[in-house]
Amino acid sequence: MVQTQVPTAASPAVTAIAPPPGRRAGSRDRRRAGALPYALLAPATIVVLAIIGWPLVQLVILSFQEFGRAQAFGQPAEWVGLDNYVGVLTDPVFWEVLGRTVGFAAVCVVVTMVLGTLIALLMQRLPTPFRILVSVGLLLAWSMPALTATIVWGWIVDTEYGVLNQLLRDGLGLAQFDRHSWLIEPMSFMGVAVVIIVWGAIPFVAFTVFAGLTQVPDEQLEAAALDGAGPVQRFTAIVLPQVAPILVIATILQIIWDLRVFTQIFALQDIGGIRGETSTLGVYIYQTAIAGGEFGEGGALAIITMAAISVASIALVRRMLRADS
Amino acid sequence: MRRSPAYRGMTVLWCAVAVVVFVCSVFPVYWMVKTSFQPNSEVRSTSLQLWPETWTLRNYETVLLDPGRTPFLPALGTSLIATTATVLIAAVLAFLAAVAISRFRFRSRRGFIVAILVIQMLPLEAMMVSLYRVLDGWQLLNTILALVLVYTATVLPFTIWTLRGFVDGVPIELEEAAMIDGCSRVGAFFRVTFPLLAPGLVATGVFAFIQAWNEFLIALIVNTDPQLMTLPVWLRTFLALNGTTNWAAIMAGSTLMAIPVVLFFLIVQGRMTSGLVSGAVKG
Repeated sequence: MVQTQVPTAASPAVTAIAPPPGRRAGSRDRRRAGALPYALLAPATIVVLAIIGWPLVQLVILSFQEFGRAQAFGQPAEWVGLDNYVGVLTDPVFWEVLGRTVGFAAVCVVVTMVLGTLIALLMQRLPTPFRILVSVGLLLAWSMPALTATIVWGWIVDTEYGVLNQLLRDGLGLAQFDRHSWLIEPMSFMGVAVVIIVWGAIPFVAFTVFAGLTQVPDEQLEAAALDGAGPVQRFTAIVLPQVAPILVIATILQIIWDLRVFTQIFALQDIGGIRGETSTLGVYIYQTAIAGGEFGEGGALAIITMAAISVASIALVRRMLRADS
Repeated sequence: MRRSPAYRGMTVLWCAVAVVVFVCSVFPVYWMVKTSFQPNSEVRSTSLQLWPETWTLRNYETVLLDPGRTPFLPALGTSLIATTATVLIAAVLAFLAAVAISRFRFRSRRGFIVAILVIQMLPLEAMMVSLYRVLDGWQLLNTILALVLVYTATVLPFTIWTLRGFVDGVPIELEEAAMIDGCSRVGAFFRVTFPLLAPGLVATGVFAFIQAWNEFLIALIVNTDPQLMTLPVWLRTFLALNGTTNWAAIMAGSTLMAIPVVLFFLIVQGRMTSGLVSGAVKG
């Protein structure tokens, strides 16, 4: 469970009823297993195997087949070996999309982690009323569904009546932002997407890191201050090592989430009306397989995407297993 | 620490920054609600209005009742059915599995734990290709059942993982004491441990709710029939259908979709941080 690995963020409900860790490990062995645990696991296993396992097998098969519109309407699918993969990997568009996805995720992760950590540090220094104020704001932003958030931001940056242009024009007197189109230029489009994703992701990082910071003992910091350590030194020598595991896990999660981004880009393309030069891998798979009907090539794309994301995933799973045992 | 004038000066500065952070976080939410209550004529004005001059419910009327559009109520119905079924089924299945993993030692237990973590990391965005084909093969396209199955499968790893922590948290000695007092093992479990798991079941139920309610991609590709759209897909039709975008109505629709999520989110917020670290709940 999470609580073991991030003890700092343990929920009150769990910590309240949890016994000291040493006690339960021994007593669990007293139960003789038999078939009962397998019976208890069976329903969940069946659902997951049917809905995730089987499509996963199909995905691998699809990626080695010629499977386009004709096959979807009943023609037998032909085995084409690695053709789909060769097709994808020799397509310059794929490399563009891959580069865009990685670059986009990198920017999102860095900005989210830096701002999230800074806000956590800020929350630590705030008097309680202001801390509650910040928490409420973060919670509201966090709870907004991704699609709704994207649509609202799309309205904020709207060319004709968007409040952003109005603020820049009337508030700051920047006439060039009158009827400025934020979603026409690919770079500007991606910039808006970064804002949407960072805005939605900061609360998680801020709350998680803040929970970690509250576990750093004040006495240590005071002792270090008495010994003459400045604020920067205190942060790097005492605070950072203690919150590092949390930062690492949060960063890996952000990497996975940002590489997987779909809804925000997809909806923003609807709003801005441009699809070229703004797609990330998830959206590109959709365009190839679902909209384009090229399921075989989409399958190869999906496998490649999974492989890319699994690098980050494996790191996370290993960490969680280590914490679990 | 000592409260020097410099320290107090810094605190004032931090409070000012805090207000900026608050405004940046809340502004889009405020703007959504504010626009949803404004007449469209006022929304389409070129001058800056941070507070509406006139309040109106017209946009909500448009969203809920306008027969010219894809109707809201069937979408709400689909979303409610799919979400409720997902929450209930996932809670039961996850509960059984969590008990197995937490209360028993058996061969391949470790394997199950690894599988839970790995499956949780699989990007559904990549799976859409074959998931679509498989559901098509099972004649499940344009059914609510397809959504329930997919949502249940995707939330299961996370819910099992979370519930397992709650079951771990109830000392087995409590059950054993009840058994000494004459309870059967099953009786002891349901009279002693089960009630203590209520907060865990609520938390995981809410997680499943938020996941299923917000899910967009699978609902988009699996249910194309307007009568079976979920709320997110319905909301998207507003963007696509309107030549001249009716932002006021869209904001009313967005507000309607966001309200239940915000409410549920506030209920479980204490557990969100700890829970989310373990998995991909909100991307």
